[in-house]
Amino acid sequence: MCVQTVSLIQAEIERNKIPTVSISLLKEVTSILKPSRALFVPFKMGYPLGLQNNADLQHKIIAQALSLLEKNNTPILADFAPIS
Amino acid sequence: MATYSDLKFSHRLFMQNYPFLRYEIADNPVARMSKPLNECKVALITSAGLRLENDKPFKHSNKLGDVSFREISNEIEVQSLIEDHKSSAFDHLGIESDKNLALPIDRFKELVRNKAIGSLNHRSFSFMGSIINPRKLINETAPQVTKLLKEDEIDCVFLTPV
Repeated sequence: MCVQTVSLIQAEIERNKIPTVSISLLKEVTSILKPSRALFVPFKMGYPLGLQNNADLQHKIIAQALSLLEKNNTPILADFAPIS
Repeated sequence: MATYSDLKFSHRLFMQNYPFLRYEIADNPVARMSKPLNECKVALITSAGLRLENDKPFKHSNKLGDVSFREISNEIEVQSLIEDHKSSAFDHLGIESDKNLALPIDRFKELVRNKAIGSLNHRSFSFMGSIINPRKLINETAPQVTKLLKEDEIDCVFLTPV
């Protein structure tokens, strides 16, 4: 239900003219709700930024997510690319 | 990778039968960036149920979910946060050992130092997911947080579920 919670908050913020991007851990849910911009990551629930104490991986995920902010052909649901 | 098939049977059944379509964001709101990322003031929001030690705990007894939120100063030691999420649908061990996994305050401070973003807001916002009935979230607490973001003159927001 966390993915839904985040998506609904995201929509309210976006309606108020602040661009947003979220991480998705369940593509099934994000595909239905359609928040403006989301990066789907291939990690288990509880691990939105990949692995604990792995700053490099966390930065890669954050960077790919932030890059979606420049895109406006929403809703965007991109897949995290581990090698990029 | 998390898909419904990775969830415990009871959680999978719940997710497959939950009326997500009722909450589809049909109006497709989209806001455009008004400046480059390296000039932006960024705010973080998580649904990981993180809170400060002295904060009121999230309410676990409400079966429909606790829609309240907590403010988290970015001056705190991230690892000192309490993870208060009631869900048994995810493995809590990762976040317990590294709170940045869900609320990456340290990562975003590094982005500021590297000039990848302009600045990090002085506060982040934390909800506890597991909100079965999100009506009050939609009508009350999400608008409240949005108002605070506008007061803080935030340029863009990064959100993480767990």
